[in-house]
Amino acid sequence: MSKLVGAVAIAGGGIAGIQSAIDLASSGLKVYLIESNTTIGGKMAQMDKTFPTLDCSMCTLSPKLAEVARHPNIELMTYSEITGITGEPGDFTVTVKNKATYVDPDKCTACGLCVSKCPVKVPDEYNEGQNNRKAIYLAFPQAVPRVFTIDAEHCLYLTKGKCGNCQKACENDAINYEDTDKEVDINVGSIILNTGFEPYDASNLEQYRVDHPNVVTSLEFERQLSSSGPFEGHVTLADGTHPKAIAWIQCVGSRSPEIGRKTCSSVCCMYATKEAMVAMEHDLDLETTIFNIDVRAFGKGFEEFYQKARNEKGIRFVHSRPSGVEVDPVTDNISLKYEAEDGSGIKHEEFDMIVLSIGLTPSESSKNLAQIAGVEMDDNDFVKTKIDSPLETSKPGIFVCGAMQAPKDIPDTVADASGAASKASSLLSSERGTLVTEKKYPPEKEMGDEIRTGVIVCRCGINIGNIVDVPDVVEYAKTLPHVVFAKEEVYACSTDSLEGIADLVREHNLNHMVVASCTPRTHEPLFRETLMEAGLNPYLFELANIREHCSWVHQNNKKEATKKARDIVRMSVSRANLLQPLYKEKLEFNNNALVIGGGIAGMNAALDIGEKGFKVTLLEKESGLGGMLLKFTHLQDGRTTKEVLEPLIQKVESNPNITVHKETELTEQEGSMGNFKGHIKGANIDEDIEFGVAIIATGANEFEPEGYFSYGEYSNIITQSQLEQRLDEGLDAKNVVIIQCAGGRNDDRPYCSRACCTVAMKNAIRLKESDPDRNVTILYRDIRTFGVWEELYTKARELGMVFMRYSEDKEPEVSEKTVRVFDHLMNMDFEINYDLMVLSTPMVTPETNELLAPMFKVTLDANRFFLEAHIKLRPVECATDGVFLAGTSQAPKLVDESVSQASAAASRACTILSRDFLESIGNVSVVDPDLCIGCGRCTLVCPYKAPELKEVTVETEEIVYITKKSEINPAVCKGCGCCAAECPTGAITARHFTTPQIMAVVKAYGEGI
Amino acid sequence: MTEQEWTPKIVAFCCNWCSYGGADTAGMGRFQQPASTRVIRVMCSGRIDPLHVFNAFLEGADAVLVTGCHIGDCHYVNGNEKTRVRFEFLEEMLQQLGLEPERLHLKWISASEGEKFANFIKDVTAKVKELGPSPLKPAGVK
Repeated sequence: MSKLVGAVAIAGGGIAGIQSAIDLASSGLKVYLIESNTTIGGKMAQMDKTFPTLDCSMCTLSPKLAEVARHPNIELMTYSEITGITGEPGDFTVTVKNKATYVDPDKCTACGLCVSKCPVKVPDEYNEGQNNRKAIYLAFPQAVPRVFTIDAEHCLYLTKGKCGNCQKACENDAINYEDTDKEVDINVGSIILNTGFEPYDASNLEQYRVDHPNVVTSLEFERQLSSSGPFEGHVTLADGTHPKAIAWIQCVGSRSPEIGRKTCSSVCCMYATKEAMVAMEHDLDLETTIFNIDVRAFGKGFEEFYQKARNEKGIRFVHSRPSGVEVDPVTDNISLKYEAEDGSGIKHEEFDMIVLSIGLTPSESSKNLAQIAGVEMDDNDFVKTKIDSPLETSKPGIFVCGAMQAPKDIPDTVADASGAASKASSLLSSERGTLVTEKKYPPEKEMGDEIRTGVIVCRCGINIGNIVDVPDVVEYAKTLPHVVFAKEEVYACSTDSLEGIADLVREHNLNHMVVASCTPRTHEPLFRETLMEAGLNPYLFELANIREHCSWVHQNNKKEATKKARDIVRMSVSRANLLQPLYKEKLEFNNNALVIGGGIAGMNAALDIGEKGFKVTLLEKESGLGGMLLKFTHLQDGRTTKEVLEPLIQKVESNPNITVHKETELTEQEGSMGNFKGHIKGANIDEDIEFGVAIIATGANEFEPEGYFSYGEYSNIITQSQLEQRLDEGLDAKNVVIIQCAGGRNDDRPYCSRACCTVAMKNAIRLKESDPDRNVTILYRDIRTFGVWEELYTKARELGMVFMRYSEDKEPEVSEKTVRVFDHLMNMDFEINYDLMVLSTPMVTPETNELLAPMFKVTLDANRFFLEAHIKLRPVECATDGVFLAGTSQAPKLVDESVSQASAAASRACTILSRDFLESIGNVSVVDPDLCIGCGRCTLVCPYKAPELKEVTVETEEIVYITKKSEINPAVCKGCGCCAAECPTGAITARHFTTPQIMAVVKAYGEGI
Repeated sequence: MTEQEWTPKIVAFCCNWCSYGGADTAGMGRFQQPASTRVIRVMCSGRIDPLHVFNAFLEGADAVLVTGCHIGDCHYVNGNEKTRVRFEFLEEMLQQLGLEPERLHLKWISASEGEKFANFIKDVTAKVKELGPSPLKPAGVK
């Protein structure tokens, strides 16, 4: 490599591109984010809610859109496509064609005057064509960049030379009909491809009758559910009424080799369940049925979500695939014909609406892009990668992530995206900081003597607006002390609303700000930054949580919810009025990492960090590296685990930045991000250790199914890992029965373990291929070979494996040589002889999790896996800063997923390690020496030893004496405020949570109840 | 207003990292609860001064909830252990003032325990409803 360029081109501005861009730009690299649409956000922007938490999709996405829009190191290139790539790793030239928008982005203020004057109506792509937009448009209200575009194909002026209304309407002279396409070359060191997927075009399949107005695709339905959708969140039939019975048909364009769509789309079972659940929230009497082959609820929290949908919400799941939609020629009613699960034959059932769960397919533009980049594709048109290097394409320096590599959901895509960022930046680590600029904020304006507070009340679409009377709360806010301005917003966190805050501050000379919207735990950083951009200190901001704490939990009581929202706003304003500007200090920190666990995830995480030039300590409690994978002999692609592990171990052990300690554990741990201090103890070591970030990669174990299906009673009943060892030794069993979900998906372990179905297929195929005469029977509840692993299931069936479904209330009964299983379709018991039985058991967490979690102040979930900071968008971070998760410590995973997540954790960790300094928090506590009596109680309660008693000489008019006074070290203080509550003289002020501030809130509480 | 329509007024002091997050999670899970409670956020339950709690009663609260991370889970190592010690003192003081013990609660709720938060609000609201308005309420407040 002759030359290295410290910049990365990212193709695709969906959630993957956004995450990669943020990671890279925060690690000191310049980013070009190239998106073919007029806005970034991708498919996630079209989603209403996300499974399994039913979080509002736009609410979690829009802060990220705003972050990209504001990041000084990200250059957004929307309405643009890559047309050429030349060069070599470290030094590529990417040619980008930028389509004409006919609107000058520097002049457009997105006021929307042009839209009202445009006479042309065009089906709105954002709402899947279910309503119209104009020929000049903004894709959706939160779009980034917030600049209008003229649709050249439909504009009257551009097609026929007449009209010109928008130009006349524009007060800022932003319309430029002479605009032309431009081509620019950008110079980058590496490239990330993530142009995502295209929803399957159901009109290819005539039997599903998409021509009928009440047959809709799942994406159309998703838009119908959305408050910003075509019917403001009300699911609507062609005649304008609302459906009473809706059916979903799964696997439309997925799991269908006959039409060339061989893969499972991974997300449809869960999104259909989510859609049914949300639709039932809107209409309590709605009947919902999901027709499926298997319910693939394989991700974290999915199985629990599915069981809740089935058992508590009353969603009907039918294991049957209707052949098509039937339309009655007389009544035009729609119905489905399907085979009943209980063996009672063919059923015929009418529905008001039928939703087609369309799959994820590679887009044409992705295929073109892959060709331009010269990367190899697999036979499903996904970009080809290997299990142990899932982010690397066939071309060095070009990486792939998200649904362009395989169908996958948002958290896996986000993890991939961070992982790809890690790979791209490893290559360019020497060039960090060469092409970037630091973000500059305007100087803080004078506070003045008068408190002038502004209030914005957010509707959050319908999330708040449908429950709380927002205009009433706005009017009420105007009556509160020091409030000089109040207004409402549809989405306070949208880029335009945020940009408007700076104008409000200027126009109304505001010096304090309250936004009544959602929780400060997610949105406070965003609004604080906005305040800084407006020239106000970030600590002068206060969020009033009227969503999580109000509209969402009082959905059936609008009156009380509105009253509560008024109270919350009043209390927040009383606090905001007393807030003071606070400042941070620069702190020294350790820019090295500790990785706990030397399995495939821990090793990859350590390597990714080490390759970027940071020191890593890798702890492994066993005597060798390799983790859980050592128990298994083969991967799904036929390679042996040894083939993959040996070179990896060699790479880790020979990396000069990585120190490996085997048979060693972390025994003590304290401190916080940047300055963790721990103690490690092991075979050859017993010492203190300091580190800046930690990655927990402690993995999982295969569950020993003692007590399940007679395991332990008979020696011919084994687990999958034992089977792999036995297969290597040579196995003569002629009749093999495999039982899925042994010890999983039950009350003790309610989760699905994700990997077992794929592992079972892999081993079943090996059983059959090593002896074609062998009979292999698989007893299962749902086959969950998601994504590309569906092909293993197809292959297993082709090889003649027998599959029988059992239900959890009628489990197979196992005796020494036979197993009795009830077949629902035939409505009878079968007895199967076996000489070897294999149990697929779930992954379970190691006991060390219980020790590590409190050490790092992180939380374990109900199944004792580590809890991530946000299930969708922060899959590898803990809520505690500086602690990250990789591999199966977070949830059960396949090998490729663990590897990708390890890189993701490394990427997130390196956004911290690559900083020059850390900043203290602003809300540290301070001691007033005049009030301090030197009792030292603060030094006793502080867990960080921030307060220290120091000898001081006090001089008064009468005497001079030496005494002790407390002093708090701001670099060490974490701002909990415990010392302030303990101080007997009130000498300690817990900044930002001072006694006057808290008491003002208490008093404001009393004023309105 | 008749006795039956009366809804208790409750103040919940929540720590930023656990119980406030639990209340958020209750929202995310749409765990419906009576609209009786107003949350006051502090960074750590260990910041809660007995003074804040008494003042909440004096401002008209019929019950006050002190909530934080589970013991061992405190974001600030052991702030909640100080809360526990202070709470014992608070309970004693309230007893001396003649206030029923059901009007003051200490509860550990993690950020993932949304349903627990909602159930806690439901339970306390029902209990305090039986007790009726707090005797410490200032005149004129219902």
